[in-house]
Amino acid sequence: MYALAIFLPLIGAILAGFGGRWLHDRGAQIVTCGCMLLSAVFSCVILAEVALGGEPRTIELFSWINSGTFEVNWTLRFDTLTAVMVFVVTVVSSMVHVYSVGYMSHDPHIPRFMAYLGFFTFFMLMLVSADNLLQMFFGWEGVGLCSYLLIGFWYDKPEANAAAIKAFVVNRVGDFGFALGIMGVFLLFNSISFETIFAAAPDKAQATINFLGYEMHAMTTLCVLLFIGAMGKSAQLGFHTWLPDAMEGPTPVSALIHAATMVTAGVFMVARLSPLFEQAPSALMLVTIVGATTALFAATVALCQTDIKRVIAYSTCSQLGYMFFACGVSAYSAGIFHLTTHAFFKALLFLGAGSVIHAMSSEQDMRKMGGIWKLIPVTYTLMWIGSLALAGIPFFAGYYSKDIIIEAAFGAHSGVGIYAFWMGIVAAVLTAFYSWRLIIMTFHGESRADEKTLAHVHESPKVMLIPLLVLAAGAIFAGWLGYEYFVGHDMKAFWGDSIYVLPGTDPIAAAHHVPGWVKLLPIIVAVVGIIGAYYAYMMNKELPGKMAARFHGIYKFLLNKWYFDELYDFLFVRPSQRLGSALWKDGDGAVIDGLGPDGVASAARYVAERVARLQSGFVYHYAFAMLIGVAGIVTWYLFTRAG
Amino acid sequence: MIDFPILTLTTFLPLIGALAILLIRGDEQIVARNARAAALWTSLVTFIVSIFLWVGFDNSTADFQFVEKVSWIPSIGLSYHMGVDGISVFFVILATFLTPICILASWESIQHRVKEYMIAFLVLETLMVGMFCALDFILFYIFFEAVLIPMFLIIGIWGGGRRVYAAFKFFLFTLTGSVLMLIAILVIYFEAETTDIPTLLKTMLDPRTQLWLWLAFFASFAVKVPMWPFHTWLPDAHVEAPTAGSVILAGVLLKMGAYGFLRFSVPMMPYATDFFTPLIFTLSVIAIIYTSLVALAQEDMKKLIAYSSVAHMGFVTLGIFTLTFQGVQGAIFQMISHGIVSGALFLCVGVIYDRIHTREISRYGGLVERMPKYAVVFMVFMLASVGLPGTSGFVGEFLILVGVFQVNTWVAALATTGIILGAAYMLYLYRRVIFGKLEKEDLKSILDLKPREIAIFVPLIIVTLWMGIWPAPFLEVMDASVANLIEQHKTAMSALQSDGFAVK
Repeated sequence: MYALAIFLPLIGAILAGFGGRWLHDRGAQIVTCGCMLLSAVFSCVILAEVALGGEPRTIELFSWINSGTFEVNWTLRFDTLTAVMVFVVTVVSSMVHVYSVGYMSHDPHIPRFMAYLGFFTFFMLMLVSADNLLQMFFGWEGVGLCSYLLIGFWYDKPEANAAAIKAFVVNRVGDFGFALGIMGVFLLFNSISFETIFAAAPDKAQATINFLGYEMHAMTTLCVLLFIGAMGKSAQLGFHTWLPDAMEGPTPVSALIHAATMVTAGVFMVARLSPLFEQAPSALMLVTIVGATTALFAATVALCQTDIKRVIAYSTCSQLGYMFFACGVSAYSAGIFHLTTHAFFKALLFLGAGSVIHAMSSEQDMRKMGGIWKLIPVTYTLMWIGSLALAGIPFFAGYYSKDIIIEAAFGAHSGVGIYAFWMGIVAAVLTAFYSWRLIIMTFHGESRADEKTLAHVHESPKVMLIPLLVLAAGAIFAGWLGYEYFVGHDMKAFWGDSIYVLPGTDPIAAAHHVPGWVKLLPIIVAVVGIIGAYYAYMMNKELPGKMAARFHGIYKFLLNKWYFDELYDFLFVRPSQRLGSALWKDGDGAVIDGLGPDGVASAARYVAERVARLQSGFVYHYAFAMLIGVAGIVTWYLFTRAG
Repeated sequence: MIDFPILTLTTFLPLIGALAILLIRGDEQIVARNARAAALWTSLVTFIVSIFLWVGFDNSTADFQFVEKVSWIPSIGLSYHMGVDGISVFFVILATFLTPICILASWESIQHRVKEYMIAFLVLETLMVGMFCALDFILFYIFFEAVLIPMFLIIGIWGGGRRVYAAFKFFLFTLTGSVLMLIAILVIYFEAETTDIPTLLKTMLDPRTQLWLWLAFFASFAVKVPMWPFHTWLPDAHVEAPTAGSVILAGVLLKMGAYGFLRFSVPMMPYATDFFTPLIFTLSVIAIIYTSLVALAQEDMKKLIAYSSVAHMGFVTLGIFTLTFQGVQGAIFQMISHGIVSGALFLCVGVIYDRIHTREISRYGGLVERMPKYAVVFMVFMLASVGLPGTSGFVGEFLILVGVFQVNTWVAALATTGIILGAAYMLYLYRRVIFGKLEKEDLKSILDLKPREIAIFVPLIIVTLWMGIWPAPFLEVMDASVANLIEQHKTAMSALQSDGFAVK
């Protein structure tokens, strides 16, 4: 059953992908959704047995790459961390599958879409159930591939194609670090299986490794390399540019891949490799700084975006930052807790946005929305629930997980911890602000849509609303239900050995013992953010425009996402293309060929034409030369032998 | 051990087929049809025979197997000596596997001089297989050089417009190298008094002479691989060659150079190998980055894949000269994988070339609309070329990098950038050809893969995924020979060290 939970999505995908012609649209939907729901049911059992029952296990499948001491097998590892991830992935994925039946109903390529979703889920499950770094890399690249395919699903849209390539290539830049990290781990431990390296990690805490000519602290070097991979996948500062563009894909894809599952793989990786990261305090500091900075950076950009999906995309980026700095201060369980609750409420927000887009005849620009809350009340309510959870309003899911992260950052009592704490607080204000800006711009005020669109506005069908309701239930209850297990009293029993924290330290306990104002502050700032948005977009509607005009430079800076795309284009994209063509035309053409064969050739041709006009085929020259050569050798041998 | 002369059979069966085709007479249409059928059956039977090499292979030993030895010219000790070990056996099978696929791929695209074409292909197969089995230097040299004749005929007669230029270029590049290699072989003969390869593998040549010999061999092998900066013949040759010619060129002929390094340079000249490793590393890293960048700028599909081949072969040379278990094994694996994948990519180009008669990337776009099956096939090989885990490309590339990392992290880091650039140029190619809007008039009626074409691609896809997901049956065969190669090198180096030679 354990293996089945992982492989069912693959089976469904293969059936839908290659049997699409016989199954037709309806058949493909039934097969993939059926497999996915069954897998979700199994995952609940796994969660109960492994996490609550405390019985981790591994399942060996067969050997993969065996080369000398480099031994890698296909193995599924089920401990609490995996069980939680499998649960999140299968539940959100099955909801997205069902939702897609409605959302994609007018698309001509339904089987293909369902197959991609299935493949994606399979790779994601392989990633989280990996027992060694390479299998994780397999899932890692696999989800990247599916993300590429799904972003570019509407292949006749040039922007979608460009975004798909960008996502894949930027991820590959991260994978560059990940791959080097794996090689380094192998060099240091002579193994890449988790069991072995985790056991040996404390002994290697002081080891050094020669990297790029420098003798460096081994653990720090490896963890930083691996973290580069995590940054790529989780769209952290510097690597984030692909995520907003990825919104070109269909909305269910954004919900599943670019909010709930794939982008959180980086956080999962850091938590999974906690035994390594714990031995590398400098790497953890880096994780904290990158996470905290991203949390703030992405929140500022989200303030000015006008595309409803992009706002949520930047919000995802920002929330991932929270998860990372939680890991950075060793509060891995808090990071994973937020990952879980976030999966529910962010998928809810995305699918809710999808429902809006569906209602508005594919309009995504919030400036062309407004005044539709009475027309689609269910979606409106669900968006409220999602936003309340995101902003961290008490008793919604996000409140529990985000607060513990902010408290853990404060409780770490380190420089970077305090930095992360304040970044998190400011980002929390902004989060509340942009969430309500989104709600108000989309649903309230005068409608800015045209008559025709407005006449069409309708509530989505049940097949789309039911998954939303399930996710909404998660967004309301997940925090309250999970709190004691993830970060509360039952924590030790729940996590077992799947997360490692240096002996003698307990960042979660420290988080519980912070002063009262630290606990209250996130709630206060969230409320301030909501009121601010209400004031700016409902009461004093000229204010945002005035602010934008007043602080034109800052506004431009934020609107253009801190100019990262332009910078990369200038630094990498253009030079490599120009260099490529220069190397080709000048390097290959002029230098190598000009001095080499062409130069000799023109001389030879001149001689050849003079000496003999043998046919035109140089082939015969060659054959002739060959014959002379062979004759020459034989003669030579016989000659020397005789002499 | 099988007493049956299976290597001779594998080697010369195609030649017998070629002779049979030679005898076909009659109306041109009928001759063409019979020649195709005869060639296909011959090559299929050869392939089945060669499978027995794998089935009957003893994984536990590094010795040569299926050995046949007959004295040929006793006065100089020349003998017909054949045998395979864990390094060469897969190249034999690769050659016999790709030949029927090539013949099937030429079924419709070759319409004139079909008989001669099929003969050329079968002769080529004989020579390729013979080269990988030869255990005598002279025999090896004959096969090694003779391979080029049918290849040249294939490019020269059935090739594109600038075939003469391509042929001349290749001629100049290879001849220089070959002459030097011939001299080196003679020197070895005078030093060791034998041309028998197994004997020579156990002979220690004078370290100072090794340096010169190594360079002479390098001249020949580097052109074949091809290593930067000796690679410029390759794009031209590929562009001018017919599809099947490109498949064999990329699939098998490029492996001759790297095979030469593995069989001769590394084991026979350990001191020189160590001495020149920095050179190989430098050239390989340049090859990976330089040609990947150049591939980004290509407008011709075949050229793009040709440049990507140079980059992939750069990984191979890196792997071999790390002299680590993973590096060498990865290099052999990568060569087999590249043989299949790049061959398949050329076949993919051939499919649309047959329909539209152009290789220019900008002439295509939106093919997925009309050719969904083709899009899937192309996707699989594109991803294998990019080195996605789960495909054959990943296993080889990653093992090589694991090997390199143990030796030199700078080289590993620079070579790893190849995986980023590789993704960029392949995805960019795929997007321009397959995705986008279907706007061009002549593409609107283009047909999807025919059953014959599907029959070509299915085995290639199966092997690509098999090698990616369960590579054990391949790796196991190589284990003993690779371990032996590295062990021998270590022994030789420590022997030299005790003789007072400066060794790293």
